[in-house]
Amino acid sequence: MTLLYFAWVREKVGISQESVTPPDTVRNVDELITWLSSRSAKHADAFSDRKLVKIAVDQVHANARADIQGAKEVAFFPPVTGG
Amino acid sequence: MSGNGHSVRVQDAAFDPGAEINAFLARNPNSGGVASFIGQMRDFRGSDRTEKIAAMTLEHYPGMAEKQFDELIADASQRWTLDDALIVHRYGTMHPGDPIVLVVTASAHRANALAACEFLIDWLKTKAPFWKKESSGSDAAWVEAQDGDDARAQRWQQT
Repeated sequence: MTLLYFAWVREKVGISQESVTPPDTVRNVDELITWLSSRSAKHADAFSDRKLVKIAVDQVHANARADIQGAKEVAFFPPVTGG
Repeated sequence: MSGNGHSVRVQDAAFDPGAEINAFLARNPNSGGVASFIGQMRDFRGSDRTEKIAAMTLEHYPGMAEKQFDELIADASQRWTLDDALIVHRYGTMHPGDPIVLVVTASAHRANALAACEFLIDWLKTKAPFWKKESSGSDAAWVEAQDGDDARAQRWQQT
């Protein structure tokens, strides 16, 4: 699964994207965030306040309860500021 | 990306809103009402007009940005009969006075065109995956999303 990071989330994690294979026990975005945070201090820092990080699964806005099994791409970013 | 009577462009290059609107009008000679919105970069930060910004960089999520715009236009088309719609949104570096976003809508009469145009910009502000970073001489900072944007978008929820 490809993970994408944007804006200050990208700056904190230190990379704009990565490929990961989470264990089968990771079924939704919330569990994915917990797993990522446990593996790296930078991820933990980026996700330290989960309310500040928005999510898209396969390019569709989603919330932390979203199922990620079979997802190809999960993106993490701050609230958008376009327009 | 276009189809079903609408166009969406996400681009690094600057655009000329007047030229875009004229081209849109030429494509829609039979639409009695055409409405437009232009968002342009200001040269000050927030509401404090004394804090100047020199440049802004917009980061975006390619693929999702176009998808979101297509979806918003599809939503607008469900609510109001539209003959055509156009969204152009820049990414990359821009300077004060540069247009950032253009929304244009066409319908038989003004009510649908105006309402759809406002709906599109209100929703675009909360859903389109772009992030602004403003820089003045010495520092650069990510712009924070405004609660007001969510409130404006919520107004369009149908009861």
